[in-house]
Amino acid sequence: MVTASPAKSSRLWDGMSLRQKRVLWAWSFLAVPILFYSVIRFWPTLEAFWLSFTDWNLLRPASFVGLANYIRLVNDPLFWQVFRNTAAYLVIGTPLSLLISFAVAYYLDRVTFMHGFIRALYFLPFLTTAAAMAWVWRWFYQPVPIGVINGFLSSIGIPQQPFLRSVTQALPAILAPAVWAGLGFQVIIFMAGLRAIPSSYYEAARIDGLSEFTILRKITIPLLKPTIVFLVVFSSIGFLRIFDQVYNMTFNDPGGPLNTTKPIVLMIYQTAFKSMEMGYAAAQTVVLFLILLVVSLIQLRVLKDR
Amino acid sequence: MRFKKMIAGLAFGVSVLAANAASAVEIEYWQYVFDSRVKAMDQLIQKFQAANPGITVKHTTFPYAEYQTKVAATVSAGQGPDVVQLFYGWVDGFIAGKLIQPLPKDAFPHDKIEAEFFPIVTAMKRNGEYYGLPTAVRSLALFYNKKAFQAAGLDPNKPPQTIEEFVAAAEKTVKRDGSGNIVSEGFAMDMAGQDHQWWREVLVRQNGGVPYTDNDRKVAYNNEAGLKALQFYVDLQNKQKVGQLGFMDEAQAAFKGGLAAMTIDGTFRLGAFNAIKSFEWGVAELPAANGVRSNYASYFANAITGKAQGEKLDAAKKFLAYVSSPEAMEIWLKAVGELPARRSAALTQENLSNPIYGPFLKGLEYAHTTLFVDEAAQRQVAIDMVNRVLIQKQDPKESLAEAAKAEQAIIDRAAK
Repeated sequence: MVTASPAKSSRLWDGMSLRQKRVLWAWSFLAVPILFYSVIRFWPTLEAFWLSFTDWNLLRPASFVGLANYIRLVNDPLFWQVFRNTAAYLVIGTPLSLLISFAVAYYLDRVTFMHGFIRALYFLPFLTTAAAMAWVWRWFYQPVPIGVINGFLSSIGIPQQPFLRSVTQALPAILAPAVWAGLGFQVIIFMAGLRAIPSSYYEAARIDGLSEFTILRKITIPLLKPTIVFLVVFSSIGFLRIFDQVYNMTFNDPGGPLNTTKPIVLMIYQTAFKSMEMGYAAAQTVVLFLILLVVSLIQLRVLKDR
Repeated sequence: MRFKKMIAGLAFGVSVLAANAASAVEIEYWQYVFDSRVKAMDQLIQKFQAANPGITVKHTTFPYAEYQTKVAATVSAGQGPDVVQLFYGWVDGFIAGKLIQPLPKDAFPHDKIEAEFFPIVTAMKRNGEYYGLPTAVRSLALFYNKKAFQAAGLDPNKPPQTIEEFVAAAEKTVKRDGSGNIVSEGFAMDMAGQDHQWWREVLVRQNGGVPYTDNDRKVAYNNEAGLKALQFYVDLQNKQKVGQLGFMDEAQAAFKGGLAAMTIDGTFRLGAFNAIKSFEWGVAELPAANGVRSNYASYFANAITGKAQGEKLDAAKKFLAYVSSPEAMEIWLKAVGELPARRSAALTQENLSNPIYGPFLKGLEYAHTTLFVDEAAQRQVAIDMVNRVLIQKQDPKESLAEAAKAEQAIIDRAAK
């Protein structure tokens, strides 16, 4: 009796065609990540949609409140402030980081002297923990006598700047290390894209006497389009989800001063884990999800090859 | 055959475990990770178990950042601790979520609690029931750098007693460079640290007001007293220029680095400041103003969760009684540096004459305890109020009104 079931299953296995066996094998390997993703990722995501219609606060059982969380969100001036901040991170961060990384990649591609070493230097910040980096930069921005930048400014007679203690300078001050940290990755991807362009195109163009700028405009950039699309979408999502840099650089007044650096993710974190308003936080999460979805779809459509 | 033996062995093992469980009650105790607190509690548990052989206490700790979430999630799922440590400000949420139960009156009679503990313990009382008792309490005091005092020509053994002396000392000890930038603060300003408590419970009261009324459910500082208190605080940066918000990030960092002559901080900072090697420091009571002294006290209390029933409840009662006993408080004071919550254990001649604990203990006599509904959010209101004046140059009166409105909204939302 004990041996009956293996025999049966092995008969079933033998009866299958090679194709069927392959499919079965493939699915049995895929089953693990699929199960993992459904339980760890998709199910909680769906759960968040449900939560956003409740007033769950961890302590009491959740009860359905309809659209109350969304109405509160629309009427919350903090949300709109946070929305503007997040947009600023995106609108300044993405083009700036792409421009810089393209320029670096474009010229680095032509450098052969210590090429690998320079490339490694650019990539290094990407490997560093965001939190550690943020804390170091936080000290860079300090007033004298601690801050390096202000120390330099006052030594050449420029008044010291408030940086993280200013409502206008704080956001760019946080964005700078965020852009710098992501640069290495983008440079590598751009270089891979540049290398993939056949050199015969360039040779033909040079024989025809095209200027370097025209080559860049007519050959390099059009052929880099898939790379650019990938990087735009990738870095946009990154800036829309910015959190570590902001949280760690404004640790004592998260998202401050006066909420001028607070991104959506930080607002979600505070609503959920400081104020314990899980329902309201879930509503914010849903809004962030929709923003990410819309921005990605628009970018894919605009940048898609016609 | 081997299989059968294994089963038999397993069954035997289970039965032994079960027998042990029947003869000894195990209760679980949770607190957040803070090295000296964990060690002190281990000591207390050891002593408690020696005195109560039938009870074992399992000690579990979590990082502070996730502590509250974990407690809430596990207890509401019927798991987790039997005795739990909680910040006094969380008590409303914990009661609303039925996470903790009232202390049984047979083991903890109210008249005894009120006679023996410092009055701030009433922050654990709701609807005529006590929901927890502290082992230790913390209050604020003025820390001052004796070396900086001496260098500025001040007597290092005579810290400022009044607010006028305090400002004068700050003005004498502040150091600026040629362009007027502060390079060493007279007083380390840090609204995100303890200054918001100082403003709320001390400065507002010293200017003739009260921060809240109606059991801290109505904001009451939007008036002349609140304005004077706010004006005094922002003047430290704008007028006297003795401190600067954001200088070295945190007041305690500036003080520890020897770049601030004074800072206001709590007993919980003693451990960090004890590591200072480069200068000697002293502690003084918070400066008096207009003849009024005040202080802010807070504490973590231990409470019995709703999960503890039957024999576990009895064990939890015994354990809670022990950790709030005078003996436990003395151990805690030595190991953690936090002040005993019982008058008799705290106000001993030895403690009062201690140059470090003395000023903190005196502060406890007249301390107030804010009944926060959401400490982080209410602190943020105070931080923003000062930032609006200092960064955006908003009129203090308007900023104060805005803060009062925002804080009232937070309180009202929580009351719903």
